[in-house]
Amino acid sequence: MMRKVRADLHLHTCLSPCADDQMQATAIVKQAKRIGLDMIGICDHNSAENVAAVAKAGLREGLSVIGGMEITSREEAHILGLFESEHDLMQMQEVVYENLPGENSEEAFGPQTVIDEWDRVVGANQRLLIGATTLTVEQVVEAIHERSGLAIASHVDRERFSLIGQLGFIPKGLSLDALEVSRPSAMQQEYDYPVVTSSDAHFLEDIGINCTTFTLEALSVSEIRKALRHEMGRSVALN
Amino acid sequence: MKLSELIQNLNLSVRSAQENLEREVTGGYASDLLSDVLANSREGDLWITLQVHQNIVAVASMKDLAGIILVNGREPEQETIEKAETEDIAIMVSELSAFELVGRLYGLGVTGMR
Repeated sequence: MMRKVRADLHLHTCLSPCADDQMQATAIVKQAKRIGLDMIGICDHNSAENVAAVAKAGLREGLSVIGGMEITSREEAHILGLFESEHDLMQMQEVVYENLPGENSEEAFGPQTVIDEWDRVVGANQRLLIGATTLTVEQVVEAIHERSGLAIASHVDRERFSLIGQLGFIPKGLSLDALEVSRPSAMQQEYDYPVVTSSDAHFLEDIGINCTTFTLEALSVSEIRKALRHEMGRSVALN
Repeated sequence: MKLSELIQNLNLSVRSAQENLEREVTGGYASDLLSDVLANSREGDLWITLQVHQNIVAVASMKDLAGIILVNGREPEQETIEKAETEDIAIMVSELSAFELVGRLYGLGVTGMR
């Protein structure tokens, strides 16, 4: 049976150096439930090491958690990759790590804390997650699709780190599954791609400030893909 | 000043549109945000950037720029060269950093004001 699903598919955790240290598994899940979300996506910068923690916390509380990453291309455009299986996500993380130079400086960029499902600190990621990979946007999108993921260009209506800001317009033939906008009420143009909106929350209180309502049969990445294509009665609406 | 004179003066390596180097350069613009270049560059400008994606050709073509210089020895992607040949946009590579290159261009009379 079809149901409406409120989703915020782009949240950061305390793994992202720029995110608040309160962005921990149980707190994120609790806040998402409190404001009535059915589904969240965890997309830290160039890493997925906190996805499992949030997913387990979500399972405990009955909240659907999609695993992903916000990947920085060599042009410094941010692309979200959302994956059905943990295996595919971990493989994508390998690709990103192999192409991500540099080491983090906590003093300069912030801590990159890896946690478990009870918010206990289990380690710190040493890579320069705030940096850019050496992969082109085309390579990023292709690598996501090779692993059955959804490729969504982040916050295209912002100048900083957005595909349109960095490259002026969406490169011809780039097979994105959707574009994410940060200000759905102020959309200035029509896009040739499906559009979603999400919070890009770096702080607990920002979770769900933008969310997308999908009409789906089940809470999964493949169902989201169908909704983006408006296949078989599935659909997508902003807020 | 013509592109060919700047190429000689600054020891630039030409990567595309060899036959289009007599174009007159009427000013310069330096930026790596293509949305900004679309908004603020002007016809006849020589564009200084480190972006090597093929969209740089489309931007240069849309704005009718005199050419593109890539800095720090960054090489254009293969698709970028092919597109530049089709669109007849001269792409040049300099080993210098953007700061140094712009300084030398200014010294040669290429300015950002009209």
